[in-house]
Amino acid sequence: MFKKIMVPVDLRHLPSQGKALSIAADLAKTNGAQVIYVTVTSPEPNALGRTPAEVEEKLNSFVANESAAHGHDAAGHLLISHDPAAELDAALIKACDTLHTDLVVMATHLPNVTDYLWSSHGGALANHVRASVFLVRA
Amino acid sequence: MAEPEDSAGTAIPDGEPDPVTGIPAPEGATELIDTDYEIGQHNIEGQWGPIGFDIHNPVFAISALSVVAFVFYALALPEQAASIFGWLRPALTSSFDWFFLSAANVFVLFCLLLIVSPWGAVRLGGRDATPDFSYKSWFAMLFAAGMGIGLMFFGVLEPVYHMAISAPLGTPSPFDAAGNIIPENVEAAKAMGLAATIYHWGLHPWAIYAVVGLALALFSFNKGLPLTIRSAFYPIFGERVWGWTGHLIDIIAVFATLFGLSTSLGFGAQQANAGLNHVFGVPMGIPVQVALITVITGVALYSVLRGLDGGVKVLSEINMGIAALLLLFVLIAGPTMLILTDFGEGLVAYVKDIIPLSNPIGREDDSYRQGWTAFYWAWWISWSPFVGMFIARVSRGRTVREFVVCVLIIPSIVCVLWMAVFGGVAIDQVLSDPVNSAVKANVIDSYNPPLSLFAMLEGLPLSSITSVVAIVLVIVFFVTSSDSGSLVIDTITAGGKVDAPLPQRVFWATFEGAVAIVLLIGGGLGALQAMVISTGLPFTVILLLMCWAILRGLQAEPR
Repeated sequence: MFKKIMVPVDLRHLPSQGKALSIAADLAKTNGAQVIYVTVTSPEPNALGRTPAEVEEKLNSFVANESAAHGHDAAGHLLISHDPAAELDAALIKACDTLHTDLVVMATHLPNVTDYLWSSHGGALANHVRASVFLVRA
Repeated sequence: MAEPEDSAGTAIPDGEPDPVTGIPAPEGATELIDTDYEIGQHNIEGQWGPIGFDIHNPVFAISALSVVAFVFYALALPEQAASIFGWLRPALTSSFDWFFLSAANVFVLFCLLLIVSPWGAVRLGGRDATPDFSYKSWFAMLFAAGMGIGLMFFGVLEPVYHMAISAPLGTPSPFDAAGNIIPENVEAAKAMGLAATIYHWGLHPWAIYAVVGLALALFSFNKGLPLTIRSAFYPIFGERVWGWTGHLIDIIAVFATLFGLSTSLGFGAQQANAGLNHVFGVPMGIPVQVALITVITGVALYSVLRGLDGGVKVLSEINMGIAALLLLFVLIAGPTMLILTDFGEGLVAYVKDIIPLSNPIGREDDSYRQGWTAFYWAWWISWSPFVGMFIARVSRGRTVREFVVCVLIIPSIVCVLWMAVFGGVAIDQVLSDPVNSAVKANVIDSYNPPLSLFAMLEGLPLSSITSVVAIVLVIVFFVTSSDSGSLVIDTITAGGKVDAPLPQRVFWATFEGAVAIVLLIGGGLGALQAMVISTGLPFTVILLLMCWAILRGLQAEPR
C-alpha cells in the first residue's frame, strides 16, 4: 500500500514520540516500505549540534538504532531551514513532495487552545500534502 | 497563522540554495572552539498554560524587568529623567567626540585591511559553505534593517542643513543673515553639504555594522558558538562569557535594541502623523500616533510569524523596490543632469574631505563635529548589536572579503546616490528659488525635520502621489526594523537559540510596541532615546575589543 514513509522526528524530545516511531516501523515492515526519518535544523548552532554536520551525525546514528531495533529499511534526511521555529511546516511540506512519500507518520500533541492560532505541525501537513497522514497522539 | 503553501510554492531565486534540499552542503573545515558549554544549558524550557517557552535564565527576566523599570522611572519622574539623560547625551558626545571619531576611523581601516589581507579568503560557515541568500535579498535585508528609515528622515534635511547652517570644516553658508544668497560661497557650500552628509552615511557607519556582523557570523558559523553577542568575546573572556560577564553583555544589547526600536517607533509615528497631516489633513495627536504604532507592530508581528524567508525577507524586498522607484522618480522628475553632476561632485568632495572630516582633533566646527558626527557615531554604535546580529544571520556562506566589500562599499555607494538625489534636488530648490522654497522654510528658516522630505516632494510634479508613497515607505521601513529587531531580541534572550517557540517573538514584538505607546502617552521618548545613544560609549570600547577578537578568530581558520 505504501512505499515511502516520512517520519518527522524531533531528536530533542524522543521519548514522547515512541508510539509514533514503533507504529511507523511496523507499517514499514508490513508494507515492505522504506522509512525516511526527517529532522529540521538551523544553519546556526543549536541545542542539537554546533554545525549542521553534527546534527546529521546524530540523525544518522538515530536511524541506525531504529533500523537495528525494528529491522526495517530506514534512511535519514536532514532539512536546513533559516528559521526553523516559523518555517518548519513549509520545510516538511516541501520535503514530503521532493521525497515522494506516500505516508507521513508523526507524533502530535493533544489539541489545546493555541491550536486556534497555530495549527499543530501534523495538522498543517495533513492540510497541505497529497500523502496520507497518520497523526499519533503522544 | 502561517500559510505554508505560499512559502513552499514560492520559486527560489537564482543563486539561492534550496533551503530544503535535504543533505546539507558539505560545510568544509572550520576551527570549532572547544568549549564545554552546551547551547541552551542555562535555558528554562516549559509550558505556561498551553504556550511553550524556551528562554535564557537570567537574560530574559532581567532584560524584560529592567525595561519595565526604566519605563516606570521615565513616567514617574519625567522631569528628572529628561534632565539627566538630556544632559548625559550631549555631555558624552561633546567630551568624547575625539574618541568616537577615532574609533570609527579604526573600524574603517580595520575593514579595509580585512579586504586586502589573506584572511579575506576565510568563508563564513566553513570552506565549502554556500550563501543562504541571493545578492538581491541580502542587500535588501542589509538596508532595511540598517538605515532605511534614516534615509527617509535625513535625506533632505541633512544636506541642506550642512550646506546652510552647520558649517562643516568652517565652510561658510551661502546665505547671509538677511537670507540673501552670497554667490561666491555657493559652489563650495553645495559640495560640502553633500560631502558632510555622505560622510555620516557612507563608509563609517557600515564599517561599524560590518565589525559586529562579522564577529557574530564568525563565532557562530565557524566556531560553533551560539548566535548571541557574548560569543564574540570568547577569545577575550574565555569560559567566563557563559557566566555573568556574558549575561551583562547580552542584557545591555537587548536593552539598547529594545529601547532603540521603541523610541524610534514612537518618533516614527510622530513623523508619519506629520506626513499624513501635511498631505491629508489628518489631525496631529496621540490617538493617531497610537493607531500608527499599533498598525506597524501588527504588520511586524505578522512578518516575524511568517519567518525569516516568508516574512522579513519578502517585506525587505518590497520595501527596497518602492524606495528604488521613489529614488528613480525624484531623479527623473528633478533636474536630472544637475543631480548626476552633484552626485559626481559630492563623491569627489567626499573623497577629498574624508580625511579632514574624520580628523578627531584640532577642529573648530563644534556644532557639526560634536552635534552631528559624534551623535551619529554614538547612534550607529548603539544600534550595532541589533543590525550586526541581523546581518550576521543572513550572511552565512560569504567569504570575509565578500562580506566586507558588500557590507561596506555597496551600501555606501547606494547611500551616496540617495543623498545626492534627495539632497541635490532639495539644495537646487533652495538655491534657485529661496523665497518660495518649502524646503528652505522647513529646514533653514524654521527647523521642522519631519516635514523636510514632503517639502522637497512638493516642489516636484505629482507630489500628492509621491507624498503618499513616502508615507507608506516610512511605515514599511519601520515594520522591517521592528520585525528584524524582534527576531534579534528573541534570539539573544533565548541564549542564542534561533529555534525558540514562536510565542516569544509575539511577546517581544508586542512589548516593543507597548513600550512605544506608553512612552508616547506618558512622555519620556526623548529621555530614553538619549539614554540609548549614551550606551554608544561603552559599546565603542566593546567594538574595539571585538576587532581584536575577530583577528584572533580569523588566524585559527583554515583558508
